[in-house]
Amino acid sequence: MQFMLLFSRQGKLRLQKWYVPLSNKEKKKITRELVQTVLARKPKMCSFLEWRDLKIVYKRYASLYFCCAIEDQDNELITLEIIHRYKAYFILDEFLLGGEVQETSKKNVLKAIEQADLLQEKTQNMYHSKSFIGCKKAY
Amino acid sequence: MPAPIRLRELIRTIRTARTQAEEREMIQKECAAIRSSFREEDNTYRCRNVAKLLYMHMLGYPAHFGQLECLKLIASQKFTDKRIGYLGAMLLLDERQDVHLLMTNCIKNDLNHSTQFVQGLALCTLGCMGSSEMCRDLAGEVEKLLKTSNSYLRKKAALCAVHVIRKVPELMEMFLPATKNLLNEKNHGVLHTSVVLLTEMCERSPDMLAHFRKLVPQLVRILKNLIMSGYSPEHDVSGISDPFLQVRILRLLRILGRNDDDSSEAMNDILAQVATNTETSKNVGNAILYETVLTIMDIKSESGLRVLAINILGRFLLNNDKNIRYVALTSLLKTVQTDHNAVQRHRSTIVDCLKDLDVSIKRRAMELSFALVNGNNIRGMMKELLYFLDSCEPEFKADCASGIFLAAEKYAPSKRWHIDTIMRVLTTAGSYVRDDAVPNLIQLITNSVEMHAYTVQRLYKAILGDYSQQPLVQVAAWCIGEYGDLLVSGQCEEEEPIQVTEDEVLDILESVLISNMSTSVTRGYALTAIMKLSTRFTCTVNRIKKVVSIYGSSIDVELQQRAVEYNALFKKYDHMRSALLERMPVMEKVTTNGPTEIVQTNGETEPAPLETKPPPSGPQPTSQANDLLDLLGGNDITPVIPTAPTSKPASAGGELLDLLGDINLTGAPATAPTPAPVPQISQPSFLLDGLSSQPLFNDIASGIPSITAYSKNGLKIEFTFERSNTNPSVTVITIQASNSTELDMTDFVFQAAVPKTFQLQLLSPSSSIVPAFNTGTITQVIKVLNPQKQQLRMRIKLTYNHKGSAMQDLAEVNNFPPQSWQ
Repeated sequence: MQFMLLFSRQGKLRLQKWYVPLSNKEKKKITRELVQTVLARKPKMCSFLEWRDLKIVYKRYASLYFCCAIEDQDNELITLEIIHRYKAYFILDEFLLGGEVQETSKKNVLKAIEQADLLQEKTQNMYHSKSFIGCKKAY
Repeated sequence: MPAPIRLRELIRTIRTARTQAEEREMIQKECAAIRSSFREEDNTYRCRNVAKLLYMHMLGYPAHFGQLECLKLIASQKFTDKRIGYLGAMLLLDERQDVHLLMTNCIKNDLNHSTQFVQGLALCTLGCMGSSEMCRDLAGEVEKLLKTSNSYLRKKAALCAVHVIRKVPELMEMFLPATKNLLNEKNHGVLHTSVVLLTEMCERSPDMLAHFRKLVPQLVRILKNLIMSGYSPEHDVSGISDPFLQVRILRLLRILGRNDDDSSEAMNDILAQVATNTETSKNVGNAILYETVLTIMDIKSESGLRVLAINILGRFLLNNDKNIRYVALTSLLKTVQTDHNAVQRHRSTIVDCLKDLDVSIKRRAMELSFALVNGNNIRGMMKELLYFLDSCEPEFKADCASGIFLAAEKYAPSKRWHIDTIMRVLTTAGSYVRDDAVPNLIQLITNSVEMHAYTVQRLYKAILGDYSQQPLVQVAAWCIGEYGDLLVSGQCEEEEPIQVTEDEVLDILESVLISNMSTSVTRGYALTAIMKLSTRFTCTVNRIKKVVSIYGSSIDVELQQRAVEYNALFKKYDHMRSALLERMPVMEKVTTNGPTEIVQTNGETEPAPLETKPPPSGPQPTSQANDLLDLLGGNDITPVIPTAPTSKPASAGGELLDLLGDINLTGAPATAPTPAPVPQISQPSFLLDGLSSQPLFNDIASGIPSITAYSKNGLKIEFTFERSNTNPSVTVITIQASNSTELDMTDFVFQAAVPKTFQLQLLSPSSSIVPAFNTGTITQVIKVLNPQKQQLRMRIKLTYNHKGSAMQDLAEVNNFPPQSWQ
């Protein structure tokens, strides 16, 4: 996977994870273009499109679009599954965000390890995509 | 200073902002606070501040001033700090930032940390954004961790190794011993990442590939266990056990089985098993089937298995989910060449997909339909395709029209059908037909001698109503000019002949001339057609003379030139007029694959025949041109269509004319058997210069230094230059490709593109193999027309096979010596 973007129906970028080194300017350009292209698609259209020399797989969950850019030889359908998996953990993440942040001030190593255990579960599944990190939201 | 606010509070505050401006203000205030906190070197709250900074970065605000703080956090001993520090590093730092190398030491220490989570963080970060320098420094540590028994670390190390290999391919060897028992693991995470690592190594090195082939039985076993084992809650997705791992294994099997009979045989059974046993009700199952199909088609599978694969694809086509249909169409397109008959069975389903609403599916279906057209189904398919042409989006029309022309040319059951089909395309999608199709069609029409009357009649009727579609009007004008006499005399056999008078014909041609919708090219066609009719019509010659003389003062230089020359014909050379404007002979069919530029001449030109070189092998010129356009992102560079020099008798000037596109020549001698040039016509137009019998490029402007345009991976390409004395805008470049490695480069294809102000013609290469050890070269000639004398620039694309893998490279050539273009 080359990158993953999450954006709202209004076109506001919620999350971006890049697995290829690109300048900020390029990233912004790509994001803008892609957001435009995906938002312009009608609901009944298929979830894959060709863009530059990459394949884009996107899925819409309520008001949020999950968009992955994969290479030519990657399997589109399994990418959809990855997005589906990720969605579940994203929600969990939001959960944890609140939980962890609260603890920042009084956190100690033991607590960290507890969180890390949960994270381990998540990241194990993150690794199932071609990228390896997924969103390790270590707050 | 009060303690900085927590992240959660920040988020809450920002969410209350009602406008973008308000939000910006809050962010700025907070940023200022964070900055001053950083300045105070506050250790306690650094973590919190960076967390907030990362959140703001996520929202899109600049956060680069936090980079160094991330480094400080990473260096801290507290786990919380490290965590946020590494996360920040992954988000804010990439290899382009100067400070990233400062991380290397921290990561090295953390890779050896006592806590596995710290080690994990370090592996994570390195694997995500490690630069090649970092990877080189730390590869040893990663390799060590690859051998650990801790599965948490092992799987991260595996993926980190993948990243290292991608950044520094030379280090691949180093990881080989560690891979020995990777597949013996029970832990799925490790298995998965190991398969990824093995895949990466096999894709990059044929030696590794050969080495890992022995793993095929083990992989098959693992896959089998996955399928046969019962429900496993940990890895289950909709009833299927760890589909991600299954897909990965299938992919690795594909790479291992390619071109290898033994391995392919070893996996036959399991592939059949997966193909038949997988549940297809959910997307997961289909994802696995898709991967299985891709594998079956790529390895040396037995035919039964291949048919099974194609049937799976056929079933996909009937699926309601359009994603699945799309995937099926794409895969069928890849296999249609090799398993043509099997795909034919699904033709009707494919043709139905033409009516789908989704643009991507329509495009795939269209491409596939063209691939499936053959002599047997041409009539039926053409009906569907014409209907599709009628109703499809404009972006498809050009491609569809070209495809139809090609298919019709190959499989037309009768000449009449062929012409009818062409007519239908011209009238339906007339304005989308590519310009280069016009000469092709004209040639086709000339060749169908018995259909001339029918053709001209139909064309006449077509433009009577509407002459806005330029390609249609161009073809029609040309035909009327050639066969106007047949039209007027009502000789049509195929259908009811219509009554047309000479004046009516001239009316329509004149309207085309006058109309604002007609382009300059079209007007040129019309004027020449009118002129030709002067020998074919009997009563209206005066009218024609008048029209021609009017355009002698036209603002359009092209028209003016023609009109003046035709006038001259009437006045001074009337005795030659009938010979000059004689009926065109049948043009020889050129055997290239793609569109060729046919020289439009009235009568034969100087027959110094070009040597007939074999047509270029490889992809069609149009698809090459499209490739280049895609590569160049469609910016202002025109692609080159490499053509073989045609086998028609044309003078050396013919090539120059090719460069300049379709231009009607006049004043040339009419008959082929008398090759003497016509000396009386001495108008100093450079067009006519081209007709002289001397070769154009005999005066070689010596002394232009040659350049090395490309030198990489043992392949060197040199350009040598010649300028034409007769036409200073033309430069002839001879390229020489040589290979200094120890293996030959085969299937070598050279392509070039130049900016829009230039025109390029690429002639056939001398061969497609660059022999090793510089024992020989491939030569190819490029002709560049540079009327505006702009600085020459060129982009080249090279594709070839070397050491068993396909290579491809793009380069820009900017070092052209000034003498080559000034």
